[in-house]
Amino acid sequence: MKDTLFKVKSNRLIAKNTYECVLVGDTSDVTAAGQFVNIKLDGFYLRRPISVCDKSGDELTLIYKVVGKGTELMAKTPVGESWLVLTGLGNGYDLEKSGDAPLLIGGGAGVPPMYLLCKKLAEQGKKCTVILGFGSKDEVFYEEEFKALGAEVYVTTVDGSYGKRGFVTDAMDGIDYTHFYTCGPEPMLKAVYNKSTTGGSFSFEERMGCGFGACMGCSCKTITGYKRICKEGPVMQKEEILWKS
Amino acid sequence: MEKLSVNLCGIELDNPIIPASGTFGFGYEFAELYDINILGTFSFKGTTKEARFGNPTPRIAECTSGMINAVGLQNPGVDKVIGVELPKLAKCFNKKVMANVSGFSVDEYVYTCEKIDKCDQVGWIEVNVSCPNVHGGGMSFGTSPEAAAEVTRAVKAVTTKPIIIKLSPNVTDIVSIAKACEAAGADGISLINTLLGMRIDLRTRKPIIANKMGGFSGAAIFPVAVRMVYQVAHAIDIPVVGMGGVSSAEDVIEMMLAGATAVQVGAANLIDPFACKKIIEDLPAVMDKYGINSLEEIIKGVR
Repeated sequence: MKDTLFKVKSNRLIAKNTYECVLVGDTSDVTAAGQFVNIKLDGFYLRRPISVCDKSGDELTLIYKVVGKGTELMAKTPVGESWLVLTGLGNGYDLEKSGDAPLLIGGGAGVPPMYLLCKKLAEQGKKCTVILGFGSKDEVFYEEEFKALGAEVYVTTVDGSYGKRGFVTDAMDGIDYTHFYTCGPEPMLKAVYNKSTTGGSFSFEERMGCGFGACMGCSCKTITGYKRICKEGPVMQKEEILWKS
Repeated sequence: MEKLSVNLCGIELDNPIIPASGTFGFGYEFAELYDINILGTFSFKGTTKEARFGNPTPRIAECTSGMINAVGLQNPGVDKVIGVELPKLAKCFNKKVMANVSGFSVDEYVYTCEKIDKCDQVGWIEVNVSCPNVHGGGMSFGTSPEAAAEVTRAVKAVTTKPIIIKLSPNVTDIVSIAKACEAAGADGISLINTLLGMRIDLRTRKPIIANKMGGFSGAAIFPVAVRMVYQVAHAIDIPVVGMGGVSSAEDVIEMMLAGATAVQVGAANLIDPFACKKIIEDLPAVMDKYGINSLEEIIKGVR
């Protein structure tokens, strides 16, 4: 874990309320896909935890959705400004579980961490299938980027305005996979859990205080005991999950 | 180092900086980041008789210059704290640690304090009386002088280490409660615990915190804390550990002028894991700026 300044290299709207931001700084503690960073913004007490979408040399790509005042400020931050960023947070996805044909399922703001994961799996020669779920056509992003990694990509929209109508689970039929990785809203995770036929890795979200294991704000109950989503998570295995409802 | 050292209930601290309970775990998350032996000491995660998960999530809400938490004393229980956490801590911390104890009945406080009192690593026991008394209609022990004194007396009877009673600010007259604890044998008083607060999500119209309310902490509460430390320190003769929104070396000096012998730093650790390290490093220069030769000299130095 490191707390260092990152300079905003680019910060652009790529879909409805969705921004892609490239940061330049010390990325050495970002060691796995599925980890997150925690960003200090002027005027806000707590930091903003955002998943890592890509890492390349000293550049980190983050994709975030504007959902409140903090992310509004992030969206307005001009190129050249710097943020204090805690890096190397969370366990991340375990690539070794993938098998030869992993399935990656991202929903909305849960899509970004799938990108670095897909890149790493593709580098290992794995045949990745990707399902990206969104509400509507204007929210869709990164379809081409995943295809450029060599993945087979399916897009679903809830209103049917783009790709297959419905939820990510509606695109799972007929896909042969050895393990799945998923990130998205909890109802989606639960639906994937119920539909899936193999082991899988789930990334969870919770309101956090510190993001590095000190405050116990984001704890959850699992079959193997209490876990902090920021520290022992955010990635949990299918067999250890206890759903809240 | 003498410039910064203070004596808290008979134990010398290299400096008065103490990360507050619940913001520093059992130390080792922070030991990965810096040598935590630079601290005066730290107050470990609130410990109860039995293991607790705490409250349902969400347990955190952001506020202007602060935050609300309703963690609800998640901890592994006193036996695991002694058997697992303290041996782990011993590998990265060679000073006396402050044990923080909570309970939901007088018997629970007694049970936990008696066990922790036998640990060599523990220097002081900080007793958090802000928990609801399950046998007393759910009212917090810390809201009445009688109940706070009852806990103090009971705990003192089974312990040898200095007992510091940690008071809640959510009361009408904190001075009377501090005095009652002093009369019941407390060796020190720490204050303030968090202020009861609440936030509501405008979209869902529901409280952000699952437990509806929680403890408000952070820079925003600093003036309230300084006021209460001042009131209590000027009414009793035992040492006061001041806390509440402390975020800088200047805040530490202000808290000590108000009457604190040592100063706890809480929420600041959560937004900057290096907060205490920076404060300790900044203290000598800030002391020079204000013509302070030794921190001991400025305790209760407000004119």
